[in-house]
Amino acid sequence: MARLAGRRALFAVPVLLVVTFGVFAIAAASPFDPVKAYAGTAALDADQQTLDRLRENLGVDRPFAARWWHWLTSALTGDLGHSSVMRQPVAQVIGERLVWSALLCVVAFAAAVLAGTLLGVLAARRPGSLVDRTVTSLAYTLEAAPVFWIALLAIWLFALRWDVLPAGGLTDTGSAQVTPGQVTSHLVLPAAVLAVSQLPWFTLYVRQGVGDALAEDPVRGARARGLSERTVLLGHALRSGLLPVLTLIGSRVPELITGALLVESVFSWPGIAAATVEAATAVDFPLLAALTTLATAAVLAGNLLADLLYGLFDPRVKLSDM
Amino acid sequence: MSTRRIRGAAVTAALTAAVTACSAPGGGSGDGTSAESVVLGVASEPDTLSPLLGYGKDGNSKIFDGLLARDADLRLKPALASALPKITDGGRTYTYTLRDGVEFSDGEPLTPADVVYTYRTVLDAKTNNTFKSELDAVEEVEASGDDKVVFTLKYPYAPFAARTVLPIVPEHIAGKQDPNTGSFNTEPVGTGPYVLTGWSKGEKLSFKANPRYWGGKPAMKTFTMAVIADDNVRATRLRSGDLDGAVLPPNLAATFKGDDAKRTYEARSYDFRAVTLPTAHRVTGDRAIRRALDAAVDREAMIARILDGAGRPAYGPLPVDDPAFSKDIERTQDLGRAGKILDEAGWKPGKDGIRSRDGQRASFGLLYPSGDKVRQDHALAYASDAKKAGIDVTVESATWEVIEPRMKDTAVLAGFGSTGDPDFGLYTLLHSSLAGDGFNNMARYDNPAVDRALDDGRRSQDPQTRGAAYDKLQRALVQDPGYTFLTHIDHLYVLADRWDGLNTQLEPHEHGFASGPWWNIEDWQPKK
Repeated sequence: MARLAGRRALFAVPVLLVVTFGVFAIAAASPFDPVKAYAGTAALDADQQTLDRLRENLGVDRPFAARWWHWLTSALTGDLGHSSVMRQPVAQVIGERLVWSALLCVVAFAAAVLAGTLLGVLAARRPGSLVDRTVTSLAYTLEAAPVFWIALLAIWLFALRWDVLPAGGLTDTGSAQVTPGQVTSHLVLPAAVLAVSQLPWFTLYVRQGVGDALAEDPVRGARARGLSERTVLLGHALRSGLLPVLTLIGSRVPELITGALLVESVFSWPGIAAATVEAATAVDFPLLAALTTLATAAVLAGNLLADLLYGLFDPRVKLSDM
Repeated sequence: MSTRRIRGAAVTAALTAAVTACSAPGGGSGDGTSAESVVLGVASEPDTLSPLLGYGKDGNSKIFDGLLARDADLRLKPALASALPKITDGGRTYTYTLRDGVEFSDGEPLTPADVVYTYRTVLDAKTNNTFKSELDAVEEVEASGDDKVVFTLKYPYAPFAARTVLPIVPEHIAGKQDPNTGSFNTEPVGTGPYVLTGWSKGEKLSFKANPRYWGGKPAMKTFTMAVIADDNVRATRLRSGDLDGAVLPPNLAATFKGDDAKRTYEARSYDFRAVTLPTAHRVTGDRAIRRALDAAVDREAMIARILDGAGRPAYGPLPVDDPAFSKDIERTQDLGRAGKILDEAGWKPGKDGIRSRDGQRASFGLLYPSGDKVRQDHALAYASDAKKAGIDVTVESATWEVIEPRMKDTAVLAGFGSTGDPDFGLYTLLHSSLAGDGFNNMARYDNPAVDRALDDGRRSQDPQTRGAAYDKLQRALVQDPGYTFLTHIDHLYVLADRWDGLNTQLEPHEHGFASGPWWNIEDWQPKK
C-alpha cells in the first residue's frame, strides 16, 4: 500500500510540472491583456504612459518560461506568489476560499453516495418494476441535464416561488458574521444541486452492480440457505455490487470539481470557482498555476484513493500487484 | 456499526438538515424594517480598497476622507483640512491646514506626515496607481509645522484643489507595507464615517459606523454593499426584500413604480455616450461628414426609446446640467441641414442612397463593446439616423482587446464622463497632445482653437476667464465635431423609503458603488 502511494507520488511530480508549464504557456498565448485586467475599468480612462508603467511594474512582458521557472522555484520554497487580480497573496486567496469549496464538495459527494446507493439498491431489488423504471429514467434524465440548468431551476423553485431557501451567498446579505446556522441554510441548495448532478452515474452503477450480484451464485446460495432478504441484499449483494463503484469514485473527482465550479458561480458561493474564472480571464499566472496544481493534485489523489479502496475491499486484488 | 444504526444516523442527519433549513428561511436581511442598517445591491466592487492604488480618488469613499470633500452640488468643502486651501505664487502653491483632533479608526492621530506619505506614494512610479497622471501637476508636497501641508505645482493648475479630495491613508500602517501587494489593500484603516468589518470578495462588503469619526457618529449604524453583477438578479433580490436598495437599468427600475414602500432616484450625470470620429479615416476625418452626422442624429428619440426617458441629450461633453454648459448650442435633428452640408462639400447621393465623393463611398465602421446593451442600441440608432443622411455606418461588436488596436481609424461607441471640474473630462478627451495616448482622445481630435481653450481653462484662476474658455470650446466643437455626442445617461436607484435626507449628486461615468443616493449615507436619518 505504501509502495503504491509512493509510486503514485513520484509519478505525480512530472505530471504537475507539465500541467503548470502548460498553464503558463496557454495563458501567455491567450488574447487577454493582464494590464487591462489589473487596471479594470480604470484602463479605459488611462493614458499610454500609465499602461506602460503598469506593464513594467507587473513584469508581464517576460517570457512565460522564465515566469514559470520563477513561480516554480518560489513555490517550492513555500511562496506561492501574489495574485494581481485579487490584490492578495495567493496562499491567502486559497486559504480563504478552499474551505468553502471543500465543504460544498464533501457534503454534496456524501449526499450523492448515500442517496445513490439507496436508490440503486431499491431499483436493483426488482428489475423492471415500477420503482426500477422510475429511478432509471429519472437518472438518465438528470444525467442529460446541465448542472447550471438544474441550479437555476432550483433557485427559481425554492428561492423565488416558495421562498424557503436563500438564493445565494454564504450568509444572509445583511449579516456580517458567518454563523454555522446561516452557512447550513445557504449550503442546502448548492450542495443538493451538486449532489443531484452526481447522483445518476452512482445510482445506475449501484443498480447494475447489485443487480448482477443478485444473480450470482453466492447470493443465490445465501437465499437458498433461507437468510433474510435484508441480509441477502445488504450483506451480500450490496457488498460485492459496490466494488466497481469504488473505482469510479476517484475518476469522478474531476467532474465534481467542474460541477462545483458551475454551482459556485450560480449560487455566488465564495469558493475557489470565482477565483479560478477571474484568474483565467485576467491572466493572473501565480493564482491560476496554484489553482491548477490544486485541481490536478485532487484528481491524482482521487485516483489513488479509488485504487486503495479497491485493493482493500476486493479480496481478488492485491495492492502489491498494482 | 450495524447497517441499521448507519441508516438511523443518515435519517437523523437528513432531518436535522431539513429542520435547520426551515428554521432559517433565507432571503431576509435580518430585521427587514430597521432604519439603522441597510443592504444595498451594486453591480461591481472595487479591485482594492487602498487609495494608494486609486480607490476613492474622487473623494467618494466611506472609509477615508480627503483634505477636501464635495457637497450635494459638487462644491468643494473642507474635510480633513480645516478650510479651503490658501493659493499663492500665482496658482502654483497650495497650503492646507489640517483639522484639529482627527483620528484614524485605530486611534492614531492624523498628521501632515500621513498626507505627505499618501501623495508621495501615489506619485511614485513603482506604485501601480492607474490615476497617477491626474496629479501630474504636482512638483513637491511637504509638511510645514505640525498642522500644515504645502503643495508646489509645476505650472499654475486651476482645478488642483478638486484633486485633493484624494483619501488620506495612515503612514504608520500603510507605510510598513508594499503599496501594491500589502494587506492594506483589503484591510483599510481610515478617518471616514465607516469602518470595514468584512469583505467577502465577489459577494459583499460590510461596514459599521466609526465611533471616532470627527464628523460625529452616523445614525446609520451598519450598511452592506452586496455585489450582484446581473441586473435581473439584483432586481429580484430587491423585490424579495433581501436588499433594501439597488442600482438598476431604466427598464427594471420602472417595474418598481407601483411599490409605495420604495422610491426611485434619478441621478443626472456627466456619463455621456458618443461616437468617436477618427481623424485618420477618409470619411470620418472630413468636417462636412462630421457636421452632417451631428445634424442627422435624433437625440430625443434615443432618450425616449433606448433610455426610457432617463437621460438628456448631449450637445457636447458637458451635460446641460453643468453650470459651464453653453445654453444656446442646443440643437435638434435636422436632416435637411445635414443634406445641405453634404451637398456643399461635394458628397453626391448614389443609386443606393449612399453618398460618395471622388469615388470614396460615405461609409465607415462603428464598434461597440460586446455585451453592453445600452451602447448597442445607441450604435444601431446612430447607424439608422446616419443612413437617412446618406452615410453608411456598419455596426459591429467586439471586446476591448479587439477594439483597441482599431480605434485609430474605426469609430467607437464610447462612454466617459468625469465630475469635479470641466478640465478633468475635457482635457484628456480633446487635447491634441494626448491624441491616441492610451484611451485618451480616442478620435485623435486636433483643433488648435480647442487646444487653446483647454490650456486657458486649466491655467487661469479667474472663474470668468475659465468660463469663457469652456464656452469657446463648446462652440468650436459644434463647428468641428470630433465626436458625435448623443446622450447623457441618468443613473437609476430604487430604495426602501425609510430615511430622510436622501438626494443624488451629478454623477460621473463610474457609478453604483461609490456614487448613488448613498453618497452621504452618514447623514441619513431614520424617518419619523
